[in-house]
Amino acid sequence: MRYIDPHIHMVSRTTDDYQRMAQAGCIAITEPAFWAGFDRSSAQGFFDYFRQLTEYEPKRAAQFGIQHFTWLCINPKEADDPGFAREVVSLIPEFLDKGNVLGIGEIGLNKNTRNELIILEEQIALAEKHNQLVLVHTPHLEDKLKGTRLIMDALAASSIDPGRILIDHVEEHTVEEVLDRGFWAGMTLYPDTKVTPQRAADIIEMYGNERIWMNSAGDWGCSDPLAVPKARLEMRRRGHSATMVDKVTLDNPRTFLSQSPRFEIS
Amino acid sequence: MRSSVRSEMRQGESVVKDVAGTSPQTRQQVIDTYFMEHRAKLIDIAAYLDRIDRGQGSPTSDFRDDAFKRALAILTDGTPHRAKRILDLFSDHTQELPQSAEGMKGAAGAAVPAKGGDA
Repeated sequence: MRYIDPHIHMVSRTTDDYQRMAQAGCIAITEPAFWAGFDRSSAQGFFDYFRQLTEYEPKRAAQFGIQHFTWLCINPKEADDPGFAREVVSLIPEFLDKGNVLGIGEIGLNKNTRNELIILEEQIALAEKHNQLVLVHTPHLEDKLKGTRLIMDALAASSIDPGRILIDHVEEHTVEEVLDRGFWAGMTLYPDTKVTPQRAADIIEMYGNERIWMNSAGDWGCSDPLAVPKARLEMRRRGHSATMVDKVTLDNPRTFLSQSPRFEIS
Repeated sequence: MRSSVRSEMRQGESVVKDVAGTSPQTRQQVIDTYFMEHRAKLIDIAAYLDRIDRGQGSPTSDFRDDAFKRALAILTDGTPHRAKRILDLFSDHTQELPQSAEGMKGAAGAAVPAKGGDA
């Protein structure tokens, strides 16, 4: 059994988690830049974080035979101060040539504010200028539906092919519109918020297995770095074929991510 | 597999997909597989409602609790897409964009009625 976890925040996880993921069949992960649970006080804090994502974390993953890839951005929760956010965004280009960087992410919205939207648009422009893939964070809970639509409208105003954009954290009320507009969709498997392995399997049954993946988004909060293999088991329990399970947990992530020349599974 | 999703049908004002028959299991198999798990979740909800009733003080009005009780009605209305409709019910449907998120970083789980929740 081999799988890819295409969205997990390993800087917040222990080395034991890498070991358990490798034992469960994880061969590669991609780690978007995100909120650390508190607001960083300077752009220098992000510079150090980007170095951690591009230099240190790949080595930690490699100890367990897991390939580590990453996405860079200022996340929407810290993007509400445009001046500060622009300072951080200006740091990103010098990291885009690092060997494990796949694109810009996870950009998006948090509380659907004008300030967040300005910085989202500027980071979309950055991805456009540097021909990068895009990984999108959609807001939480009551803000998700409105935010997902705002984000899709902002993306549609760019020249980026929707097939090079993955919109993450979809649920039953957003997945159909995301797929219908030509984007890829990601389902995040969380214990309390977002979707359970059961609901992820339901969504695949209802909306199909094309342009969709699932991830753990494991981080510093209540989350499970083994959520993807658990969802694989859930699908098998219902009678889905091994081919079908591999498609959504290995083949689909590989297809989307391989649009970056840097993504190559050895 | 996407092609196996049935043609669209109308439900009220919105167009929804007819997803009947998209589960790989029979209805009986779904019950056999999941009954115990969801029996437990159902009793959890019942106990949660009991806990609110047992709480000290006078009955309280809370927009999250109001939304929760409206969501419960969706469970037994016999119409498909219950999960989607409950998520819609909890969502902010306003069009306005605040300038800043100052002081409101988190999410409550249901929209405040004055700010777009289903009153």
